[in-house]
Amino acid sequence: MASRDDIKFLSNPQLGQNRQKYCRFKKFGIKHIDYKDPDFLLQFINEQGKILPRRITGTSLKYQRKVAIAIKRARHLGMLPYVADLLK
Amino acid sequence: MKNYEVTFIVDPVPSADEIKSTAQTYQDMHKNEGCEIIAINELGLKGLAYEIKKRSSGIYYVIEFSNKDGEIINKLELALRRDQRIMRFLTVHLDKYGVKYNEDKRAGKIGSVKDRVKKEEKPTDVRDLRYTKTEAAPKPAPAAPATPAPAAETATTSEPVSVPEAVSTPEAVSTPEAVSTPEAVSIPEAVTTPEPIAAPVTETEAVSAPELDTPSESEVVEPTVVAESESEPAIKNDEE
Repeated sequence: MASRDDIKFLSNPQLGQNRQKYCRFKKFGIKHIDYKDPDFLLQFINEQGKILPRRITGTSLKYQRKVAIAIKRARHLGMLPYVADLLK
Repeated sequence: MKNYEVTFIVDPVPSADEIKSTAQTYQDMHKNEGCEIIAINELGLKGLAYEIKKRSSGIYYVIEFSNKDGEIINKLELALRRDQRIMRFLTVHLDKYGVKYNEDKRAGKIGSVKDRVKKEEKPTDVRDLRYTKTEAAPKPAPAAPATPAPAAETATTSEPVSVPEAVSTPEAVSTPEAVSTPEAVSIPEAVTTPEPIAAPVTETEAVSAPELDTPSESEVVEPTVVAESESEPAIKNDEE
């Protein structure tokens, strides 16, 4: 039988210490989101090119709207893909 | 007066003069309509994320201007729509934060995210390489014959993604024995500089190995094994 010490490593020790999320636009005082900067916007989309939800990025509602608009503009200009596979 | 910004993509196939004249026509158009051009930014040839009009790259131009109530915009967009050399365009109204952002960017106050991300990623990549080359390949060999408890410990410390249960599978035990010869591990590290072709192969394989989210350790170990066995004959050929 496995003792209690062995069982300890069966689960990820990193679990349980989740960091507090924050809105990076509020924290660093970013007021304008540039649609011509695809490298920056890449932080807010997943591998398939979908916009990440607020619950994952921690962005406040006000800036999530602006991020979404910027990503859609970048897509229109061919700077970001509409659909992708293995984007990152 | 309101501030606007028009971005358009010019077809890269015509000659450079033609591209410049295209940009010049819109510049002249702004002047003729009596609006003030604040800045013209040529972003240059860029690859597109998807094909537009059967082209995979385009030349980006950004013109920032101010105009009373945007009287020019209808005329400008009509001209852009009619122009065959223009692949895409987008006109945007800039609020006060947008104007300030563009000013700051021209002054060089805003750095790109790419540089920052690169700096953050580089050290982690090096660490990944180091542990796949030195630790991950030889370590499972001594750990496997021992009791399952220490084997699970090494797995969790070296690879946070892997499930410790997978270490006890027969594949994981058998593969390290085949590689565990010290020559196989040491050679690619020692001869990386004179062998430019073999080194990238091992590196890419080594980088891709930890990024794979495969649950079993056996699948993670095997790609590195293949890379090392491939690089060995190549080095021998060079020595001959």
